[in-house]
Amino acid sequence: MELILSLAIGALVASGTWLVLRPRSFQVIVGLCLLSYGVNLFIFSMGRLRMAAPPILSKGAEVDPAAYTDPIPQALVLTAIVISFATTALFLVVLLAARGFSGTDHVDGRERDL
Amino acid sequence: MLPTSLLLLLLTFPFFGGVIVATMQRPSRNASAVVAGGVMAACALLVAVCWPVVASGDALRDYNAWLPRQGINLTLRLDGLAWIFAMMVMGIGLLVVIYARYYLSPKDSAPRFFALLLFFAGAMNGMLLSGNIIVMVIFWEMTSLISFLLIGFWRSNAAARDGARMALVITGAGGLCLLVAMLIVGYVAGSYDLDRVLASGPALRAHPLYMPALILFLIGAFTKSAQFPFHFWLPNAMAAPTPVSAYLHSATMVKMGVFLLIRFSPIFGGTAEWFNIVAGVGMVTLVVGAMVALFRHDLKGLLAYSTISHLGLITALAGIGSPEAIVAAIFHVMNHAVFKAALFMAAGIIDHETGTRDIRKLSGLARAMPFTATLAAFAAASMAGVPLFNGFLSKEMFFAESYAWHGGSHFDDALPYIAVLGSAFSVAYALRLFFSVFFGPPATDLPKEPHEPTPWMRRPAELLGALCLLIGVLPAITVGPILHVGALAVLGDDLPEYSLALWHGVNAALIMSVLAVGAGILIYAPFHGFIARGPEGPPFIHRLRAARVFELFMIYATWRQPRRLLHVLGTTRLQVQIRVMILMGVMGAIYALWSGGAELYKPRLTGANPVFALIWIVGAGCAIGAAYKAKYHRFAALILLGGAGVMTCVTFVWFSAPDLGLTQLLVEIVTTVLLLLGLRWLPRRRADMVDNFSLRVRVRRRGDLIIALVCGAGVAAISYTVMMMPAGNLASDWFLQHAYSEGGGTNVVNVILVDFRGFDTFGEISVLAIVGLTVFALLRRFRPAMESNELTTQQRIQNEYDDAADGRSRGDTVRDYLMVPSVIMHWMFPVIILLAAELFFRGHDLPGGGFAAGVTLAIAFLLQYLAADVTWVEDRLRILPVRWIGTGLLVSATTGMGSWIFGYPFLTAHSQYVTLPLVGQVPAATALLFDAGVFMLVVGAVVIMLIAIAHQSLRWSRAREKAAEEEN
Repeated sequence: MELILSLAIGALVASGTWLVLRPRSFQVIVGLCLLSYGVNLFIFSMGRLRMAAPPILSKGAEVDPAAYTDPIPQALVLTAIVISFATTALFLVVLLAARGFSGTDHVDGRERDL
Repeated sequence: MLPTSLLLLLLTFPFFGGVIVATMQRPSRNASAVVAGGVMAACALLVAVCWPVVASGDALRDYNAWLPRQGINLTLRLDGLAWIFAMMVMGIGLLVVIYARYYLSPKDSAPRFFALLLFFAGAMNGMLLSGNIIVMVIFWEMTSLISFLLIGFWRSNAAARDGARMALVITGAGGLCLLVAMLIVGYVAGSYDLDRVLASGPALRAHPLYMPALILFLIGAFTKSAQFPFHFWLPNAMAAPTPVSAYLHSATMVKMGVFLLIRFSPIFGGTAEWFNIVAGVGMVTLVVGAMVALFRHDLKGLLAYSTISHLGLITALAGIGSPEAIVAAIFHVMNHAVFKAALFMAAGIIDHETGTRDIRKLSGLARAMPFTATLAAFAAASMAGVPLFNGFLSKEMFFAESYAWHGGSHFDDALPYIAVLGSAFSVAYALRLFFSVFFGPPATDLPKEPHEPTPWMRRPAELLGALCLLIGVLPAITVGPILHVGALAVLGDDLPEYSLALWHGVNAALIMSVLAVGAGILIYAPFHGFIARGPEGPPFIHRLRAARVFELFMIYATWRQPRRLLHVLGTTRLQVQIRVMILMGVMGAIYALWSGGAELYKPRLTGANPVFALIWIVGAGCAIGAAYKAKYHRFAALILLGGAGVMTCVTFVWFSAPDLGLTQLLVEIVTTVLLLLGLRWLPRRRADMVDNFSLRVRVRRRGDLIIALVCGAGVAAISYTVMMMPAGNLASDWFLQHAYSEGGGTNVVNVILVDFRGFDTFGEISVLAIVGLTVFALLRRFRPAMESNELTTQQRIQNEYDDAADGRSRGDTVRDYLMVPSVIMHWMFPVIILLAAELFFRGHDLPGGGFAAGVTLAIAFLLQYLAADVTWVEDRLRILPVRWIGTGLLVSATTGMGSWIFGYPFLTAHSQYVTLPLVGQVPAATALLFDAGVFMLVVGAVVIMLIAIAHQSLRWSRAREKAAEEEN
């Protein structure tokens, strides 16, 4: 399981990195989205993988930390998901504005020779 | 004994007053002057009240912890020396306020001026009162900053801006040097407390770091007190309004350097280095300043160089450092403040009433302005050191000290001659100032008809002029006790016998005085015509301006050199920058792994679930496909991106993170819709456009591919390694154990977010709000590219079909297509709202929470926009996203602040269960209220982003219709 997930993270990060390095702004946005999936899964995996042990306690009973998965990476990733949505939205709008101003969707705001 | 909180009051009062004045209406010259003057007077009174304690030779102390672990505390300490300076700051401050009330024109913003003046007085006060040397440096820098604002008060004037910048650069840099010096001193003394620092003189002088500390300390003091070679900022600061020059650049701020020299002379002083450097620089400044002053034609320029020269005199005395010299230095500080402030005010009056400050144009003003002439005569005589005036007394003490023996070096032997030379020039420029301006034939070509100013404009200067005479005649009665206490505070038991009297008999000092006055007359009388015809500055060397050297240096250091570096190292290409960033990240990771010696685990596929493997074969395929398609097939790339997102979501659920799965799924929907809305505005790009990449591009793409693969492999390896390592996180165990008992919720992730780490969440929702508003603001002004303005192909086909068919109007086709979905979407609206409510209320105990609920509600709104066109929705549903954002932020913040009432820190939560009829037990933690704020803010932010983009097409269709109408 760990191997599959780490390979998946690798695939997401590699695709994201490739796209972030591309010249068209839409590519960069898609790349950032892929990178954020990869990074979120990476942070999440820091808590180790547990199945059927969500950090939802039962009321009143004595809490045994070993019976639950690690909640901290989950809390971190939850905020990361929301923030990455916000940055995606912001980038999209900056992209549209830059496109309106400069007439091109190149990340430098002007066409470069190929 | 006085309450020590008096000092705290004295420290904060000017700042409070400044804030009040700053908020006043602009035309209120009188009101703001009254408040500012009142604050100055009150502070002067507070200082005066402290006199009995200070007079007994004791210091008033007050301790307020600030950063106790670092030894940086707001320790306040008022001793005799600080008392004198504080009294000067507040007393002259009051006079300057009165003067400025009449000096400022109705066009100037009086509240801004007086507020800055009060802030400045507060900063000065703080510096004087500081009993902690680090806090002292902070206030020291604060005076630099505020003086920058005051010099540049007339901000439309280029000279004022340049002068302000120069002053800030020089004194600010000096302040940084001083900070380092004080850190060294504190290190050697083992404390930043002034009392302990002052007691550690011998240790400091013996320490190997003495020289660096001394040099840095002196740079700090010399820059502030405009000593050679840092003197040139002061004449350029004369672009400030004259009240500022009178206050900052003669009486108070420039005295801080000499204050520091006097204050620290017991610990730094007494060495040959101190004597040679400080006395040497002081003497050079004394002579150079006086010489240049004689040749300046601008009244304020002359006074500025004269100030430099007198500061040099005081510096020289501090450098000589004998007890008698310190007494003389303190005395001359007081005298100089009195006569120079008076002269600056007189210069301002002349400028104000005649319209010029050029000495060559001014002449014979004594007839038109008899009172001003008299007070200027008193002050100028005092400046020149004429008997009966206060300047004479301290100057005589200076002569006596320069004549006395201090080790017998050549420099020491030369001191009396240099002193007489400097003083001779001083007499000469005082004569020039007075005679060319007030005597001679009446001036003819003045911009204004000269006359006396309104009485209250000259009252402050008259008072100071009278003080010159009063102190000069009766020194022992007027300033004797004050001087005694000030000197006592510095020298302690070394306080020398000295006598404050007009007549000491014929001695060396008197002879030197007579010589200086005689030589001054001999310089002025034959040469005054020559000087007036000459250039601005001394003959031969007037082209050599330190300010110009400084400017050339600044242009080189802050413009040419950086541009060259930018040209060599920088690039405007984003791709190159990102590549460098990623490569640095990769290298950092490699270094960390290398030095950390991480253990690599062999890849094993044991226990792998084939379904999970399948999920990620699809997921990775989606990711790679999105990367491949993003250039030419944006829509396909978007769908593939969504595929990767769904797989991520499944993974979260698979590995016990229901909250993450839920949130990811909801955000996924919103992101996809958002990107879909954006697609419309992107330029057309077809696969057949180019594929014949040049070699360079091919090499670059190959390189990028390698970088991407390395990054992916690296992250995969790291995550695999970490996942194989044994788990164990104490913080997590703590959260799990205390989530229910202290947070009152069983969903630990939610409890962490809204309770344990509520402050982080608060910061995060603020970011969300900022992004929402930024999107809104950007799109309000923004117009998409004109070429995207045309109808899309689909719209054109539909319109053609509608036009061709009978009985159909435009838009019918799309309505038909969406008939079923739109009915479903309309009917789902209340259901989704219920879902959002369910997610919100159960969030503390079960997966859900404010974020998820907020995004859900936003989706409910969004679906309505999809189901019908914008106008239909907005006729029926009015969403005010900015209010949602504002209310949400407010609710979260007030919930957080609510805990202050009960004496707990910000965002301390309280939890309880409440039984509601029908619903049953509901968790009613204050965290729920906080979560409600999060919920509202998320709704507002998400809706505002989507609506702002959606409205673009509406705006364009309106613009299109308008254009079509105009064509017809």
